[in-house]
Amino acid sequence: MKRVAALVAALALIGVTTWLVWPSAPQARGQDQAISVVDGTDDDQRVQLDATFFPPSGGGKAPVVLLAHGFGGSKQSMRQQAAQLAQDGYAVLTWSARGFGRSTGEIALNSPDYEVKDVKQLIDWVAKRPEVQLDATGDPRVGIVGGSYGGAIALMTAAFDQRVDAIVPQITWADLADALFPNNAVQATPAGLGDPETGVFKRMWSGIFFGRGLSLDSFAQQSQSQAQGQGPAQNGQNGQNGQNGQGQNGQNGQNGQGQNAQGQNGQGQGGQSRGQGLGQTAMPMTPEEARCGRFLPAICDIYQTVAKDGRATSEAITLLRASSPVTVANRIKAPTLLLQGQRDSLFPLSHADANAKAIASAGTPVSIAWFDGGHDGGNGEADWLYEQTSAWLARYLKGEGSAQAAPPVSGFTVTRDGGRDPGTRQRIRLHPETSSYPGLGGTDTTTVQLAGPEQNIVNPPGGAPAAISTVPGVGSLLGGQSGGVSIDMPGQSAVFESPPLTAPLQLTGSSTAVVKVTGEGEATLFAKVYDVSDGSQLPVLPAGQVAPFRVTFPDGGGSVEVTVALPAADHNFAAGHRLRLVVATTDMGFATPAEPATYQVALSSPELTVPTVRTLSAPPAGIAWWVWAMPLTAIVIAAILLATGRTSTRATTGRVSGTRATADRTTATRAITNGATAPDPTTTQASDPTSTPVPEPASASALQPASAPEPASVPGRGDDQGVDDDGQAVPLEIKGLTKAYRNGELAVDGLSFRVERGQVLGLLGPNGAGKTTTMRMMMGLIRPDDGEVRIFGERVTPGAPVLSRLGSFVEGPGFLPHLSGRDNIELYWAATGRPPADAHFEEALEIAGLGKALERAVRTYSQGMRQRLAIAQAMLGLPDLLVLDEPTNGLDPPQIREMREVLKRYARDGRTVIVSSHLLAEVEQTCSHVVVMHRGRLVSAGPVSRLLTSAKPANGHGPRLEDVFLDLIGDKS
Amino acid sequence: MTAAPGYAPRRTLPLRVEIVRQFKRRRTLVMFGLLLALPWILVIAFQFGPQSNNGGQSLRISDLATQSGLNFAAFALSVSANFLLVVAVAMFCGDTVSSEANWSSLRYLLAAPIPRDRLLRQKLIVALGYSAAAVICLPVMALVAGTLAFGWNDIQVPVTGEVIPAVDVLPRFGIVIGYALVSQLVVAALAFLVSTMTDSPLGAVGGAVGLWIVSTILQAVEALGSLREFLPTYWNNAWTDALTPEMDWGGMVKGASVSITYAAILVAIAFRRFRRKDVVS
Repeated sequence: MKRVAALVAALALIGVTTWLVWPSAPQARGQDQAISVVDGTDDDQRVQLDATFFPPSGGGKAPVVLLAHGFGGSKQSMRQQAAQLAQDGYAVLTWSARGFGRSTGEIALNSPDYEVKDVKQLIDWVAKRPEVQLDATGDPRVGIVGGSYGGAIALMTAAFDQRVDAIVPQITWADLADALFPNNAVQATPAGLGDPETGVFKRMWSGIFFGRGLSLDSFAQQSQSQAQGQGPAQNGQNGQNGQNGQGQNGQNGQNGQGQNAQGQNGQGQGGQSRGQGLGQTAMPMTPEEARCGRFLPAICDIYQTVAKDGRATSEAITLLRASSPVTVANRIKAPTLLLQGQRDSLFPLSHADANAKAIASAGTPVSIAWFDGGHDGGNGEADWLYEQTSAWLARYLKGEGSAQAAPPVSGFTVTRDGGRDPGTRQRIRLHPETSSYPGLGGTDTTTVQLAGPEQNIVNPPGGAPAAISTVPGVGSLLGGQSGGVSIDMPGQSAVFESPPLTAPLQLTGSSTAVVKVTGEGEATLFAKVYDVSDGSQLPVLPAGQVAPFRVTFPDGGGSVEVTVALPAADHNFAAGHRLRLVVATTDMGFATPAEPATYQVALSSPELTVPTVRTLSAPPAGIAWWVWAMPLTAIVIAAILLATGRTSTRATTGRVSGTRATADRTTATRAITNGATAPDPTTTQASDPTSTPVPEPASASALQPASAPEPASVPGRGDDQGVDDDGQAVPLEIKGLTKAYRNGELAVDGLSFRVERGQVLGLLGPNGAGKTTTMRMMMGLIRPDDGEVRIFGERVTPGAPVLSRLGSFVEGPGFLPHLSGRDNIELYWAATGRPPADAHFEEALEIAGLGKALERAVRTYSQGMRQRLAIAQAMLGLPDLLVLDEPTNGLDPPQIREMREVLKRYARDGRTVIVSSHLLAEVEQTCSHVVVMHRGRLVSAGPVSRLLTSAKPANGHGPRLEDVFLDLIGDKS
Repeated sequence: MTAAPGYAPRRTLPLRVEIVRQFKRRRTLVMFGLLLALPWILVIAFQFGPQSNNGGQSLRISDLATQSGLNFAAFALSVSANFLLVVAVAMFCGDTVSSEANWSSLRYLLAAPIPRDRLLRQKLIVALGYSAAAVICLPVMALVAGTLAFGWNDIQVPVTGEVIPAVDVLPRFGIVIGYALVSQLVVAALAFLVSTMTDSPLGAVGGAVGLWIVSTILQAVEALGSLREFLPTYWNNAWTDALTPEMDWGGMVKGASVSITYAAILVAIAFRRFRRKDVVS
């Protein structure tokens, strides 16, 4: 048992240790490279790009993946992901885009004249690497992966460079002008996005976006002014802020610019601003640096203009559109996987939609996924994104084989809340998918009836206080699962509500509502749909998104009917919840007019059109195979365990004759058939060296033939089949019984004897002689190592039915202490399953002589009382063979005398009693026969009278059993 | 004549006898007393404790407990399932054989003779019966106490705050109790196995509870990833899925699968070991 436990523990330890120290594949090491490129409108600007090349970990030639970082990041942000991709067998190139990190040049917002040219030359560069697999000379097998700013460069490069074979742009824009100046009033624009000319300035995000470009410069200076490796203490935090966990700041200490490294999502805002503060104290900047940072001056100027007015100029739109993939996406031939965040108020889902449509229009394969993440936070799902990216790259970059192995990426996948994991109670996410992307209009639409009167709403002077939907940059800090705080200011919003839903409604896409707005001049409004439960929960604004729109009233005032495309989202409205359309005048994230104004808002149509995607279904989660396989296997294993664990009687019997020499067995046999009482010295000495020399016998013994184990019968004449003269089975027959202690020492060693009917046998022996062990084997409690015990001819095994004819009292009483003596006795009898009439309770209890104490709980009994009760229990049913171990212990002299009579009387009725005792005088008076054991062996056996007569008279007295006994066990002195 | 007249192995140790033998034990009575009293203690605590008067905004299970009898019963189950019921089940199953060994009565039962497999089987059935009674009586008493104290209202689901009609929830409550029973099978089997190996009842109960705690700790090691799904404690709280507006069987099915797997193997080992064991107590 202990060995098994130790083994299990050792195996567990080995397993855990192995698992812990199992060498994870060596971290791919990158080679830092400075790559010179030439770009600019006239191809005259020389820029040094700071890059790192990771050769594929498997060696040989492999497809190459360009990993582009997010805005404000650098190549360091991508280090971890790059190493992972390199381990997956890709060559990987990460670089800091111009204007970021240690690369020179200025930020041109992924302009075709600047960044795109840079990346094309990077592709030229990787084409020369020996590790990179080529499609043709100068045309490497190349994919581009990146998020946000890096996603846009992936799209732009794929549009301008046909050598690109696959791209995975994440949380990026389709139209930068629309991203910064959205207008959700539905117009007939080709891209499906609004018209930025009338768009509402996304003030806070734009500020953050441009601010990040500015702050970069201050860091560059700071790091120059400081000794290397003395970065601020919060370096490590920036990477963590990015929920994608891809920001890796391991080397930031040597690279001050690396402090800007942020998660690909660009969520490193918290650390960012702190770092900025430090940077500004480090070194004063020139006015120009402070104004424009590392931005291209042209961009900087335009930003300053539009940010001041909150209106997009056509110049600005031209510039932003130049950097917008949607304008060139129809040129993309590289299969594109668009991963867009549902929690993204900077580049909402509609941007991925626009990109997908544009790319698909050229017949290029496009898949799109809406995951739980984005610039506003959310989970980020880094692992899932990596899986999807990896599958996409395997399919389009690697060979046929790996494309087969990689799981297919569905046309459209949405991350949905899957409730809580039952084990960890943590949120789990489901990924229902459908083969084709239906667009924001969904495959079907459900119409929800809204109701509400025309309402007056005001635009507060100065635009404050403003309603809060999402706080850009800190969404991940505040946001709960429900989309963070959303607060509407009283008086600023018109509310239209649906009746409670009768069935759950899964919105997937962009709902539309038609409202009528009355006022003068122009109005900037924000529409949003809340999920309202009648319970105590606050209304939920799905993903914290609002749809800004601007209406221009006819001259002199009047009303305008506007169709508003509400923010695209995937949200489940539970049954019983209401949909609440809110039209507000303010939103904190946007620039709103400072002029106070009043508008009337009414529903033009009471219908809110909600798109749904019928085909979107979770992959059949089903029941994991192990759920049914495991219990079945366990039951089979259990059955095998039970079937093979059956106690086999045959095996033990075989061992009797097989394992030990038969001759040896006979040495222990003491035949006293002819009145011989003593063992034969020669055979004794031939036995185990452990056996002690036996004293010289008083008279000659008649040896049995040394052929087969022959029990010493008392006073047996014939034995053979364990049947006595009358043809009745012998009450007890022990042959070659052997039992070793766990340490190997023999407790009982080749014991053989036999007890006839009507005998009261005394089992004598000093402590440790093996008496109790022998009795336990008689009861079937212990399995003999060798030999056997037969009761009435039946072999004793655990639970052998013949044991029902045995009454036993061994090694003290065993009662349930909480039950009374009578209950104990009665329940014991009931447990045997035999008829109560057979028990002879009264006779047995008379022997116990407990009187009224019988009704008390056994725990109150004295030792003697328990002893008597136990003997009574042994006598229940008047068993044919009664085995009592030290029955007179704890009894007083009258009770001992009484017990003696009881036992004699018991045997007189043809039953057999076996008594072990230390009290030799007692044995002498009670027993008709004795068996003497010493160190597990039989020393002598025979009638008491013979034993006594065989002994030499000592001191003139008649022989006493005591003398004989001490003689026999060789302990006379 | 091999056996005494009237002896038949199939009739030994009838369940009724074993039930009586166990029932009068002080620890049995104390445990049931505790389980039946706990809901009332909780009721008193809620009634007289300082009122956290937050206007019903909070949706934690403990704050919802006073909403209705059903809510209260769910609360009582949630606070007791992870430890109290584990201890109760471990006690009934871990104590059953080891205490007999401790009292020395085991050898007399075996020499009666009750075949070893039958002894284990009868004892296991009775122990599981007591365990089931313990697991059932707590939520039922909590339902009674909660209904008397807080009324028979619809259940409000924790976290989401949705309301499910009481009539709909009642059968679900049966599922909850059923799942709680199944998920405790592991503890029962483990305690039973230890019980056949030791003659110290405390050791058997403590051993089972100890391993349970180890499993709970391992469960917190996120690095183990999905391996944790196979820990016996991992799905312990899956019954809360039955009280969501839309029932989710996934977790409970997995939990039941894991539980039955462990239980089958552990019980089989217990029988196999006990058959061959030398009873020396």
